[in-house]
Amino acid sequence: MFSYYLRLALASIRRTPVLSALMVLALGLGIGAFMTTLTVYYLMSGNPIPHKSDVLYAVQLDNWDPNDPPTESARDVQPQLTYHDGNTLMQADTPALRQVHMYGTGAIVVPGDETPPFDESVRATWYTFFDMFDVPFLYGQPWTLDDDEARASVAVIGRELNDTLFNGENSVGRSIQLDDQFYQVVGVIDHWQPVPRFYHADGTYRALADTEQVFVPMNRAIDAQWGPRGNTNCWKARDESLPLFEGFIQSECVFTQFWAELETPEQAAAYKDYLDNYVRGQKEIGRFERPLNTFISDVMEWMEVNRIVQDDNRVLVRLSFLFLLVCVLNTVGLLMAKFMGKGGEVALRRAMGASRRHVFQQNLVEVGLLGLLGGIAGTGLAWLGLRAVKNMYQGYQHLVHLDAVMLLTAISVATVFAILAGMYPVWRVSRLQPAGLLKTQ
Amino acid sequence: MLKMNQVSKVYRTELVETHALRELDLHVEEGEFIAVTGPSGSGKTTFLNIAGLLESPSSGVYLLDGEDVSALSDNRRSRIRNEKVGFIFQSFNLIPDLNLADNVDVPLRYRGWGGAQRRRAVGDMLDMVGLGSRQNYLPSQLSGGQQQRVAIARALAGKPRFLLADEPTGNLDSEMAASVMDLLRTINDEGTTIVMVTHDPDLAHQAHRNIHILDGRGSDITGSRAPNVMPLEAARV
Repeated sequence: MFSYYLRLALASIRRTPVLSALMVLALGLGIGAFMTTLTVYYLMSGNPIPHKSDVLYAVQLDNWDPNDPPTESARDVQPQLTYHDGNTLMQADTPALRQVHMYGTGAIVVPGDETPPFDESVRATWYTFFDMFDVPFLYGQPWTLDDDEARASVAVIGRELNDTLFNGENSVGRSIQLDDQFYQVVGVIDHWQPVPRFYHADGTYRALADTEQVFVPMNRAIDAQWGPRGNTNCWKARDESLPLFEGFIQSECVFTQFWAELETPEQAAAYKDYLDNYVRGQKEIGRFERPLNTFISDVMEWMEVNRIVQDDNRVLVRLSFLFLLVCVLNTVGLLMAKFMGKGGEVALRRAMGASRRHVFQQNLVEVGLLGLLGGIAGTGLAWLGLRAVKNMYQGYQHLVHLDAVMLLTAISVATVFAILAGMYPVWRVSRLQPAGLLKTQ
Repeated sequence: MLKMNQVSKVYRTELVETHALRELDLHVEEGEFIAVTGPSGSGKTTFLNIAGLLESPSSGVYLLDGEDVSALSDNRRSRIRNEKVGFIFQSFNLIPDLNLADNVDVPLRYRGWGGAQRRRAVGDMLDMVGLGSRQNYLPSQLSGGQQQRVAIARALAGKPRFLLADEPTGNLDSEMAASVMDLLRTINDEGTTIVMVTHDPDLAHQAHRNIHILDGRGSDITGSRAPNVMPLEAARV
């Protein structure tokens, strides 16, 4: 009977095209709005590095102003470190398998040909960055510890920049000019875009930005006096006796990110102890005047600490869900109008031997079909919504796609909601008394 | 075949009680052609609805083929309606966006027959009413008389034991009405019991028996046409 009911549903939709279109539109709008916000939420709250998220830990040390309110959780502590602390930890013999210290900066890329120079984001980091975060290489490999220690002028570049500067050829061994210095390319990374960009949570909303196209040794960037691009927080005046940049990097200003790879809970506990001891040592020389507040957070905890999924997003998801409910309620009204108009046909079918169950099933199939169409319309609208989000808000570039999970979710949600919305009208129409309607048909 | 004992139907609202049928006794034998007459509002249609199991009586007993059908479940009533009763309506009640074959197919879908059996029955019925070559036509492409023939084909497709016709010629001109009546007589001659509601005394005269309903009460008036079954038990009113 299902195929028969499906055929009848199509005929019924054709019979009332405007009413049917309104229902599909109402459902589509609700689903579109809901799926747009849900997709943003889903992608932002996804695990960007699932196979390692529980062994990569972001480090927080509380060296902040002692006059500030007390710290209750990792959320109250600055998400970044001073250059001095990060650099010290980076060179210490800690229990971590690997550590990385880094900050976001930028430089002017000067192409060798006629192309005008352009600005490019740069990640100043250590050689461990690439293995820790499983960065895929197209050509070459990361630089080495020796390069870091030698403050070498080497660089790893991104695939897009390699396409721009070298037409996509293997550029390992060739040079690029950043500001007034040349850097030898040692590796080209393939397309790599963790969403969200967890490694750079700096307290601002940049976790959805593009990954950088240039990576250089952090020591080299410091030598080049490349200042941070991103959140920089200071609570204490720098040493005025030092040159400006030197004074800045020696100050209590926080602008660097620090990660450790800790393979077991025991290793993590030992590392935490190490950090505590480090801070105690610093206290002895007059730093870290606040109570001991060191935190290590794995990737998913770190996203929570940094509110990568902002409360606004959750509110938006809830609001759009309410909007979906309003659309569904409208659909109930439209379905009532549509189904009550079918009283004559229902009465006739009842007279021909259809039971209430038959009538219920027939109309439920129609409702399901409308839901399916609403889901498809909603998916299209969600796609448009995500395009609009992309165009309106910088940093959402990677949220513009609907993956298979979200596509199926959209269509399933629409169908289920349509069926739920249709239950009452369908039940009502199945309870119509045929006797009175046959005479008037 | 159809036996009603003291059947009453009362419609109640908060303000008023309407007695549509009052203690109606009726006995119809298999093969009879009964005409039910009476003025508007007399209870003819209510009688037809109860006879066709579209409504339940408020009181009394209704036996169909010896089974008390006065208070069955919806499923059981639907099943009996599908297997034993065929309906013909004054305004044909064809589904406008289904073609003739699909219209005739409607009761067979609820019978649970397979596709081949349904197609055969639909073809046979449309052939019988002279519209076998127009299976894919829509109702709007036919005259009123032809539409009523399709409705008759639909009513008969599931081979019901009796046919309930509510003013089957009411919307037709005299020529078409005569043609439909000829068809009904033929069907009756082949053994199908027919109960027909009509306003038209000439049509009523063509039935074996006339039942006149007035204010919900029935009285028996013998018709002129001889029944093809014997013996005929008179209706008790």
